Amino acid sequence: MTEPLINQDTIKRHGLTPDEYNRIVELLGREPNLTELGIFSVMWSEHCSYKSSRVHLRRLPTTGELVLQGPGENAGIIDLGGGLAAAFKIESHNHPSFIEPYQGAATGVGGILRDVFTMGARPVAALNSLHFGPLAIDPDMADSQKAEISRNRSIVSGVVRGIGDYGNSFGVPTIGGEVRFDQCYSRNPLVNAFTLGLVRKEQIFYGKAAGIGNPVIYVGAKTGRDGIHGATMASEEFGQESGSKRPTVQVGDPFLEKLLLEACLEAMKAGAIVGIQDMGAAGLTSSSAEMGGRAGTGIEIDIDLVPQRETGMTPYEIMLSESQERMLIVAAAGRERQVTDVFKKWELDAVVIGHVTADRCLRVKSRGSVAAEIPITALTDMAPVYTRPIASPSSPRRPAPVSRPPDEDLDSVFMKLVTSPNIASKEWVYKQYDHMVRTNTVVLPGSDAAVIRIKETRRALAMTLDSNARYCQVDPRAGARLVVAEAARNLACSGARPVALTNCLNFASPERPEVMWQFSETIDGMAEACRAFATPVTGGNVSFYNETDGSGISPTPVIGMVGIVEDIHHVTTQWFKNDGSVIILLGETGDDLGASQYLEETSGRIEGTVPALDLEREAAVIGACLKMIQEELVESAHDCSDGGLAIALAESAFSSYRRQAVGFNVDLQGNLSPVALLFAETPSRIVIAASEQKLERLRQIAAERHVPLSVIGRTGGNRMEIIVNGKTVIDRSVAEVEQAWRGVLPSILEISAIVASEEGLTV
Amino acid sequence: MKFGVVVFPGSNCDHDTYHVISKVIGQPVDFIWHRESQVGEYDALILPGGFAYGDYLRTGAIARFSPVMSAVKSFADRGGLVLGICNGFQVLCEMGMLPGALLPNRDLRFICEHINVKVEETDTPFTSRCQNGQILSVPIAHGGGNYYCDSSTLAELRKENRIIFRYSDGEGVARPDSNPNGSIDNIAGICNRERNVLGMMPHPERASEELLSSADGRIIFCSMASTLAELAKAS
Repeated sequence: MTEPLINQDTIKRHGLTPDEYNRIVELLGREPNLTELGIFSVMWSEHCSYKSSRVHLRRLPTTGELVLQGPGENAGIIDLGGGLAAAFKIESHNHPSFIEPYQGAATGVGGILRDVFTMGARPVAALNSLHFGPLAIDPDMADSQKAEISRNRSIVSGVVRGIGDYGNSFGVPTIGGEVRFDQCYSRNPLVNAFTLGLVRKEQIFYGKAAGIGNPVIYVGAKTGRDGIHGATMASEEFGQESGSKRPTVQVGDPFLEKLLLEACLEAMKAGAIVGIQDMGAAGLTSSSAEMGGRAGTGIEIDIDLVPQRETGMTPYEIMLSESQERMLIVAAAGRERQVTDVFKKWELDAVVIGHVTADRCLRVKSRGSVAAEIPITALTDMAPVYTRPIASPSSPRRPAPVSRPPDEDLDSVFMKLVTSPNIASKEWVYKQYDHMVRTNTVVLPGSDAAVIRIKETRRALAMTLDSNARYCQVDPRAGARLVVAEAARNLACSGARPVALTNCLNFASPERPEVMWQFSETIDGMAEACRAFATPVTGGNVSFYNETDGSGISPTPVIGMVGIVEDIHHVTTQWFKNDGSVIILLGETGDDLGASQYLEETSGRIEGTVPALDLEREAAVIGACLKMIQEELVESAHDCSDGGLAIALAESAFSSYRRQAVGFNVDLQGNLSPVALLFAETPSRIVIAASEQKLERLRQIAAERHVPLSVIGRTGGNRMEIIVNGKTVIDRSVAEVEQAWRGVLPSILEISAIVASEEGLTV
Repeated sequence: MKFGVVVFPGSNCDHDTYHVISKVIGQPVDFIWHRESQVGEYDALILPGGFAYGDYLRTGAIARFSPVMSAVKSFADRGGLVLGICNGFQVLCEMGMLPGALLPNRDLRFICEHINVKVEETDTPFTSRCQNGQILSVPIAHGGGNYYCDSSTLAELRKENRIIFRYSDGEGVARPDSNPNGSIDNIAGICNRERNVLGMMPHPERASEELLSSADGRIIFCSMASTLAELAKAS
């Protein structure tokens, strides 16, 4: 077979710049052949090489007392004590989910599950952060706009079904996350999937090809032509022709993944495995190069031995295929039989395709001759690193004009916020996810953080995914700090001490200096907050090029934070439990309406200055809340975020499983405008309910930490009543508000399903 | 007394069921691999939830050909207790060990939530410790739990008191809006004529500990254990 010549066009189609190509020639000391060019193109893609982000990521704190494994492996690992550890990570699957929502989202879940079980950990919890374009159709809209919204709806249904079908079949509970909507995600949806697994410390495995001469074993699904150049596709912006990229989206098989999980864990237990890594983005190429890279060894593969789904595949296609549900294993020499037998039991392919070498080269042989031969460091350490130009926006930030509606209008503003898709109940989504399998789910979806018990211990793990693109758009640095603070606060409200986090950094094109400025600022803000809360970053993912036809997303860093609950009986939810409890506000409300949900809902604008965050105050509030929970003084705790205090109170009142709604009567006073008292998004605030007898001790704890504490009302009855400076501004039945809140997504998405099927709308 | 939990490669509630039997009700239990063709030494077998062989074709359609299932069938024919939960119920219907079929949910979506079922019959080894009409809050988690059978089968099930659980509201009334998946006559679980094989869509193993929001499902496993203890005493 003769390979086509490499010319300017070939290089461009591989997403490489002329400079990058010259560097390849220099590193190899010759021109690459097409297979080698393909290998370089995926390994040097933004998705695999982090070439634009690397210089910045170094500024994040990554070490801590409990960190067993920081960034650089398939997942980060923290010590849970008692010989147990948790492996967790978040990854984006944004581009594939736009092109083919169902498979894109499903394989996103599959990929992150493999990242976790390749470390030896059994996945016990999944969460996801989803960002979509708006869903509401206004009759006055132009047809093109309506079509775009129909497409958004179909992306939502497809993504949710994809996540559900994969996780449900695999048997991992999807226990929480977030779903947000904004115009900027209309043609750039974000699908970030998080998984956490449990592993005994002595059973942790790494992606290292150690031991010269050890066999390299391919296990799992056969290789097909699907997903070729997925990593390159995820490193480009989209244009009109994005539909034609559909063949680069992989197809998932959750049943096979389940078999792969069980077989891998069983083979690991047998002790014959030296190193293991999943074949995710850039498939066989990245798994072999990265495993050799980490161990300082080389790998030689006979490509003809790779199990193939179709005939006539070239070495180029096999090396670049992103077929799902595959792993690469390095076994101890002489024990390959032990490994292959386990996989046979689970009816999976397991074939020795090569061995570990000393020459630090990735060598691919086909039909007796060498198809590719590349020094591994050229693919990994020597990959280009860019310090891309940075430009801060020219116009300075100023406070935005905020309307202060008359008191009579506050009720309708409140209802507008309660029923905005960002705040409305996400039940329609999480009901499609099995959130109870494995029987560990202690807090059902809908509260501040998801909590699972750790069987046979007194402990529990809390997890949350948070983002706030409104803040990050206006001020990326302060926004990132606020997001980390909110994640930590969410964990504290559920009774957990925040321990570590993983991040998924979703941005537009890094080739635009203002985007790189947003990125750099985000990293600095995040680093500051991580230090303040002693929550190091144990790994994560960067997703650039989230833009279509030149219109990009707001900076959207997503934080996945994990916390430990020392005593499972301290797990706390946001919901009011009893009539007659006092409602307490920890922290105090400021005039923080800039870039708020209120401003967006009432004016359609996202502007102004974000709320000021005092990291020390935040840490004090978090510490006080935890202490109060651990002393068993509080009945519920809920953080104030989107929509402010009024929304936090309403969410605490709504009914939940086996719990009737509990109304409240709250009396707010102060010099602030009523609209600020209700809807300002001042951080470092938590709404707590407690019995009156506990009040004295609660005041003590708050005072010791210099945390403001005010009693703002009482729970009870079936109405939510808010009085501001002596005047009733909201007085509604909880049931009526709750019905509206629960009805938003079903009313949009159920109808859309019918319309889409009637009109035969396809994306 | 010994329980066996059958493990198909795609079972994913096998560990959960095992946990409840061993840790919550404290009885001996083994996993039984789907390739086993003998299941002699057990007193009760449980087919757990999950996606037996991926269920891409039709839920349980491939599982019925599995070696372990012919063994399960002869075990049931000898009078052994067999409980099929969710996917287990689907497999029992495919096997013909229970009548009818489980179709895709009415709204064509997977549903995971706590629902109420009313215990219609206590005259089975699986519900002997329940009160007649007792309401259990237990979760469902399925995409294909819409029970269907023809009218003569339905008449027979009713006449022989073989409808064991119905989806109901909190007061025990089987209303259309308390039916989550479109099942005929709100059926959530049925048994065979001999009453030793029960299939149910809800997951009692997910509601067997107070910590997990509801412990209402535990009574199913306790009933089985009591029945077996009495049988052992009698023999």
